[in-house]
Amino acid sequence: MSDFVYLDNAASTRLDERVLEAMRPYFFETYAVATSQFGYSPGVEAKDALESARSDLASALGARAEEVVFTSGGTESSNMALKGVAMALGEKKGKHIITTRIEDFPVLNSARALERMGFRVTYLNVDETGRIDLQALEQAISADTILISVQSANQEIGTLQDIAAVARLGHERGVLVHTDAAHSFPRVPLNVAETPVDLVTMTAHLVHGPKGVGALYIREGTPLAKWMDGGFQEFNLRAGEENIPGAIGFARAIQLVTVEETQRIQAMRDRLITRALQIPHSRLNGHPVFRLPHNANISFRFVEGESILLHLDMRGFAISTGSACFSRSLEASHVILGIGGDHERAHGSVRFTFGRFNQERDVDAIADAVAEVIASLREISPLGKEAN
Amino acid sequence: MYNDRILQHFSNPHNVGDIPDADGMGQATGGDKCPEDLAYFWIKVVDGRITQVRQKTRGCPVAIAASSATSVLAEGKTLEEAGRITVEAVAAVLGEMPERKFDSIVGPKALAAAIEDYRSRTEG
Repeated sequence: MSDFVYLDNAASTRLDERVLEAMRPYFFETYAVATSQFGYSPGVEAKDALESARSDLASALGARAEEVVFTSGGTESSNMALKGVAMALGEKKGKHIITTRIEDFPVLNSARALERMGFRVTYLNVDETGRIDLQALEQAISADTILISVQSANQEIGTLQDIAAVARLGHERGVLVHTDAAHSFPRVPLNVAETPVDLVTMTAHLVHGPKGVGALYIREGTPLAKWMDGGFQEFNLRAGEENIPGAIGFARAIQLVTVEETQRIQAMRDRLITRALQIPHSRLNGHPVFRLPHNANISFRFVEGESILLHLDMRGFAISTGSACFSRSLEASHVILGIGGDHERAHGSVRFTFGRFNQERDVDAIADAVAEVIASLREISPLGKEAN
Repeated sequence: MYNDRILQHFSNPHNVGDIPDADGMGQATGGDKCPEDLAYFWIKVVDGRITQVRQKTRGCPVAIAASSATSVLAEGKTLEEAGRITVEAVAAVLGEMPERKFDSIVGPKALAAAIEDYRSRTEG
């Protein structure tokens, strides 16, 4: 397995050893629950560590520490944002929520769940690059709109939205704005002091941090109902014992992301796109410029993604596909369909996502392997002749 | 992970290609769960027996493996015998697979269409 080249960093990433080292004492030494300053010493120590992680994470976001709540991950954070606002404002202000067609499942399925509970949801269309139309967003706002939830970056095609513009618009119209930044933060910086979003979903495991920990930024004064009942942790907003090693690991993982590293990753990604687009009948999905630095998503005509995935797996490469055959839901990628692609384009779509542990030499190796695999699958495809 | 029989057929599919002067040609698409799966089958028939079969398939690994297995089963068979190559028969050859993948076994349908095409040509 040591030579295996992992290019599915948007699914999850390898933990960085330095993150593990930072976490280790909180499993074996400072393992007590976080207690108040009048509790026993190990508990106070645990509380101090938790608050220092919170403060580190908050400063990476330009927020104050009290505005950051640790959660079990991006899914919980987005559920908390959408359902928390809906429960807080549904009766008082209105039952209309605006989001996009191409959100990741935590937001999309939270919105659908709220629809079943009587909320009205507008799912904004996106253009062929995956970006929303700000005018359409503005027109969708009505007197009963309580929340706009627009992702910072797309999970499949990597398209970045203009969150600053979305936030300004929400701000002007008095509507709360949530953004799912699980796939972008902190590689694509977000500063809530400059960008007036009210709620931000973040997760650790996509930036070489541990699985099972995330955070939600909640701007001071944002109405948010507590929807998981239990204890009084996390400013009485999120019940459940705090995952202190996780929080420490998350904060450390954020510190380790540097601009230089992101540039190195982007250079590898750019080279792969250039090489892959030399394959006939291929096209880049997503925006050519406004996209995650580590994401490449390419559709190859006349072939199917799961077969590409299996051939590449046999050659030691891990990638992902938007093909219906491969998805757990058996549905073609709602993102590729959302940008106006047909089922064939989803069927032949491949996502490559880079991370810290990829090497420059991997790029030509994967590009060569992809070219060979596509050629051999087209050889046996009934439509392959059209590719020549 | 797919079983070894599926992986073998998928990695080295049998009878890939086409027959320009085929006696029968048929095509079929996958079921509801995988409508993008697509197989073309060509056959040569001598004295009521399939002497040559070629196929091309686009689809997931099961679709590709199933067309390969279908073509192996059909070789040398009488048209009547070949007509009895069902999705279930091919699934049995391939061994264990997720049930939803039955929708991707398009080979038998394409073969049946090729036999049908041969019959309509000879009877017509």
